Amino acid sequence: MRSDPADYELVAPGSLTAVVSLLADRPGEWLPIAGGTDVMVRYAAGTLPARKLVSLWNLPELRRIDVLDDAISIGAGCTYSDLREHEIVAREFPLLASAARWTGGIANQNRGTLGGNIVNASPAADSLPALLVYEAELILVSTRGERRLQYVEFHTGYKTTLLAADELIRSICLARRFAGYSSYSRKVGARNAQAISKVCIAALGRIAGGVVEDLRIAAGSVAPVPMRLGETESVVKGNAIDAALVSRARRAAVGEIRPIDDIRSTAAYRSAVLGNLVAEFLLGLGADGHSE
Amino acid sequence: MSSPRAQCEISFNINGEVKTVQAYPMARLLDVLRLQLGLTGAKEGCGEGECGSCSVLMDGTLVNSCLVPVLQAQGTKIVTIEGLAQGSQLHELQQAFLDCGGAQCGICTPGIIMAARYLLNRTRQPMPEDIKEGLSGNLCRCTGYAQICEAVAEAAARESAVRGDAK
Repeated sequence: MRSDPADYELVAPGSLTAVVSLLADRPGEWLPIAGGTDVMVRYAAGTLPARKLVSLWNLPELRRIDVLDDAISIGAGCTYSDLREHEIVAREFPLLASAARWTGGIANQNRGTLGGNIVNASPAADSLPALLVYEAELILVSTRGERRLQYVEFHTGYKTTLLAADELIRSICLARRFAGYSSYSRKVGARNAQAISKVCIAALGRIAGGVVEDLRIAAGSVAPVPMRLGETESVVKGNAIDAALVSRARRAAVGEIRPIDDIRSTAAYRSAVLGNLVAEFLLGLGADGHSE
Repeated sequence: MSSPRAQCEISFNINGEVKTVQAYPMARLLDVLRLQLGLTGAKEGCGEGECGSCSVLMDGTLVNSCLVPVLQAQGTKIVTIEGLAQGSQLHELQQAFLDCGGAQCGICTPGIIMAARYLLNRTRQPMPEDIKEGLSGNLCRCTGYAQICEAVAEAAARESAVRGDAK
């Protein structure tokens, strides 16, 4: 049953300070809405429990990307289009730029925000594996002040997070130290645009002296939260890439994920595909290493 | 049920004219355009941002108007399909869709033409891949897309010829 707009309140205080004051007055009563690509879908379907919403769209404090010497700070209100079009993001954080290109179609990329994708906390979100491998840090803000949190700690379970009822994500910080890494990402879905992933992966690796000196692999839609494949990373790290290692890595990956059957795919398919993606990443990384 | 909330006054520029409407702030921009302003070009297909039939430009940016609460359109400049033609003179894109057979039942066409307008505003001489990506958020259930992509390429070529762009 479609929602009746007469039942809903929406305010746009126009500044970050005013929004966090509103949240602090009655924690949990106001639902933040940025570009509406998630909230408006639930609203249209009549499944949005909140009746009072506060708009974050285009708040200048949230819609900026600051490039520092050693890090970039991405405002939580930046859209996927903002990410795609940013030169430093495209050059130094290609996994994030490619995830932005795969999320929704152009109109949704123009409205959907990185902060919204994080707070919405879908296990299938395309941008979140990239944040895991870049070891993103979140800056949360409330009237109580700011706190910093590693993104990897933020998602505590299926659609649950450590965000307090009076808090917003202000920005996402990425250290600028991945320039020498090979990157790999794939989205496996019915189609790239619009369709939600059956499996997605983001990975980084660096070969030195013939062995994998460092690597990071994260995947979406294979567990209740987007997850880093730590056991797979341990199996690979410090070794030369050959067929035996790829096969051990594939087994480790399939062993550590917890995929389910749902409307988009099956657990068995997700396991098989994730194993293949890990193998494809490692074989490509090995080939990159030989060409150096 | 909770008591009805207050309506608010929303002003924006629609297709070059400043309009003011009374609406609930969570009313969808699509409904305000269609029901209050009589601009029925933008269509409701899926109502959840998947099909692109309700696409309009908001401050020059392509958006799905079914996902925009009207309060967020306050003070913006909106262009709908009705804003493209100049009087009885069709826009290049509209003419190209007619010439190439890019419209069949017509439900998706206004949204596709707005997505194409957004693409051509940013990429004047698009490659076929650019056209596919630019229209990737718009679903058509009739044509199979080939004539649609041809129409966009044709409009781009005509606009390019009018401007006298180098090949």
